[in-house]
Amino acid sequence: MVGPRLVVDRVSRAFGPTHALSAVSLSVAPGEVHALLGENGAGKSTLMSILAGADRADSGVLSLDGVRFSPKTPAEARQAGVQIVQQEAALCAHLSVAENLFLGSEPAWLGVVQCAKLVRLSEAALSRVMSASNPISPRQLVSELSPSQRQLVAIGRALAQPNCRLLILDEPTASLSQAEVSALFGALGSVKAAGVSVIYISHVLEEVEQIADSYTVLRDGSNVASGRMADTSPLELVTKMAGRVLEEVYEHPERLAGEVALSVNGLSGVRLPKGASLELRRGEVLGIAGLLGAGRTELLRAIFGLNRVKTGEIRVAAWSGGKALSARSAAGPSAKARLAQGLGLLSEDRKLEGVSQRLSIAENITLSSLERFGSFGLVSSKRQHTATAAWITRLGIVCQGPSQRAQELSGGNQQKLALARLLQHDVDVLLLDEPTRGIDVRSRGEIYRLMNSATREGKAILMVSSYLPELLGVCDRIQVMRRGVLGAPKRAAGLTEREVLQEAML
Amino acid sequence: MSLRKLLKNPWFGPLCALLVLLLLFSSLSPDTFAQQANLTTMLRQTAVLSIAAVGMTLVMIQGGIDLSVGSVVAITTVVVARALRAELGPVQAVLLGLGVGALAGLLNGVLITLLRITPFIVTLGSMSVLRGLAKGLAHEQKIDADPHGLDAWMAPLSAGNPLLLPAGVWLALFLAVLAASFLAYTRFGRHIVAVGSNELNARLCGVAVDRVRLLVYVLAGLCAGLAGVLEFSTLTVGDPTDSLGLELEVIAAVVIGGGSLLGGQGSVAGTLLGALLLTTIKTGCTHIGVPNWVQEIVTGVIIVVAMGVDRLRQNLR
Repeated sequence: MVGPRLVVDRVSRAFGPTHALSAVSLSVAPGEVHALLGENGAGKSTLMSILAGADRADSGVLSLDGVRFSPKTPAEARQAGVQIVQQEAALCAHLSVAENLFLGSEPAWLGVVQCAKLVRLSEAALSRVMSASNPISPRQLVSELSPSQRQLVAIGRALAQPNCRLLILDEPTASLSQAEVSALFGALGSVKAAGVSVIYISHVLEEVEQIADSYTVLRDGSNVASGRMADTSPLELVTKMAGRVLEEVYEHPERLAGEVALSVNGLSGVRLPKGASLELRRGEVLGIAGLLGAGRTELLRAIFGLNRVKTGEIRVAAWSGGKALSARSAAGPSAKARLAQGLGLLSEDRKLEGVSQRLSIAENITLSSLERFGSFGLVSSKRQHTATAAWITRLGIVCQGPSQRAQELSGGNQQKLALARLLQHDVDVLLLDEPTRGIDVRSRGEIYRLMNSATREGKAILMVSSYLPELLGVCDRIQVMRRGVLGAPKRAAGLTEREVLQEAML
Repeated sequence: MSLRKLLKNPWFGPLCALLVLLLLFSSLSPDTFAQQANLTTMLRQTAVLSIAAVGMTLVMIQGGIDLSVGSVVAITTVVVARALRAELGPVQAVLLGLGVGALAGLLNGVLITLLRITPFIVTLGSMSVLRGLAKGLAHEQKIDADPHGLDAWMAPLSAGNPLLLPAGVWLALFLAVLAASFLAYTRFGRHIVAVGSNELNARLCGVAVDRVRLLVYVLAGLCAGLAGVLEFSTLTVGDPTDSLGLELEVIAAVVIGGGSLLGGQGSVAGTLLGALLLTTIKTGCTHIGVPNWVQEIVTGVIIVVAMGVDRLRQNLR
């Protein structure tokens, strides 16, 4: 009987008065995938920082293969064989795959890199993570790779480090499509077989259920549950994470579809989409399913005027909340014109596009409707703050006040902020691109509730999500996009995950 | 396929532009421009610029910038001249000049890495400080000095000399080849690209980011020092007001050659072509009688067009 690879024994960490971790314990066996679950702020990141040597525990003991492990720096943790792959894999885009795999430890003779040896080593490293359907060449530049290929290179890099014993994956599937996820899981199988232990952090419980052998649930910095994956269910895990009994994650009230708010006919972009047609009615949620790269984001961006439209027609019904538009601006394809028509887009890239990180909450929420907060080009910050305070209460945004910077908020709260901007603008049609990506269960529930109240007010929602259960649970109708081609609408009620996947993949 | 690959090369655009301009000026002014003597002169005039630009290429690939180049060149000419007047031998004078350059680079590097001030601000400061020092050292005058043979490095060769080009030009070429191989084949070179491409990741991968950065500025200072030595060879005086605005020309050469202010991109070959392009415009315009102000406009347009072409090239992927 071999001992555990990693033992975390009653580790505590406090930042001022807040206990980020209080006496957390867990144990991971060699070659085991251990899921670390919990809402944002449950203490996962703090525990990972301690394991990675970026932070230190106040009390408690870590041990690796029976040896006391207390890394003071990230370098020390890596030397001990602990490797972290972050959510969005950080690589050097200007370097080749091979150079990235061995950056910092290139085989060299008198400072000169031995290219042939580097390529040979890289091929061996890649063979551990690569599938035949998704080939990666060591000589390719990383800037030419897809997100999933980058993720695989990052994992390959971690595994190629000397004596890699514990691999920590932080939301590794956040930017991957279903097919890419299964490729990744295939790779993880061989990682396990090689005896490397994996700590797997993810919000996607279906994936966790599929890949993990055991789990630990953290809530407010404490262990609330741990055990074998086979003995639990996603619903049970969600209940433990949220600390309350959830009847159903997805609230789906009866909705009455009204008049047509947006109709798209044969829309083609520069590359994607290809001849997409849809009809969105007031008071309904229409979901777009599909694999990553199928052209869903491109469809939303083309509708909103951010991507060039090659052919096709987009018709927007008159906006209930605004002044009548001149014919010219109605025909204009710019995002500004679309906003004036009552369309709003929630970007999938919260960090870079969805939220202006350095601006305050108030400035973010009022950014697209500044002209309503003053006259003669002036802006009244008092009125901004009053309006923002109302949204903070209504959406339950956890913050210090309207003037706090957006970058200080958690992911879920930033997403609510981004949504609040659209609601403040009072758009009729909400184009939501991955509205719940990478945010915790509670914030997700709150965003679903916001969507519900928006549809009750007669707004129409077009939603893209890579998370099928969510799409099936939240939407009234679903259209599947496959390689840029949008399928016919189907009622979500009778649809199963398998049917949607089949249409998306086959 | 191979054409596509060729187009992907960052130096392909500048090469085409250079060839087009050379053909244009040769046809417009065949009697003077297209003569061997003129072409050699152009290479001589490019030597100083291209040596400084090689250093700037490293700095910009690493994600920084060095505005102090012109001032370093000026102070180097002054130091070399004063050393020669102080009866030091030419070898000592040259070493002293190179030392001043390296020291200036070290100063930039230390301020940037230790105090974490942005390179633009640090080198804006050192540009002014070094220019002032140069003027102080020279008592705000040109310093005449017996070059002790240093002038031969840049002087036109007598007809039939088997060297074909002055030693300074060969030196510039040698330095470029050295820097290009260094960048492509050594660990340190690849680390320079890695830091410019993604500093955080490079640090995570165990690259000694600050050491890379510091050394790059020292190397750039050394290059600027060498450029200053050759500038002295050309002028045979120490001139504290020399090379005003050289840094902008140097940056232009790097950018025309595919370098980016964001780091990660750029190549020595491209930079060299960029430097040649700048000289060709200057010389060519003079030969066909275009006034100075038009040359400046043409140069500016070329820089922006080069950027635009680079954008198109990247969209080609």
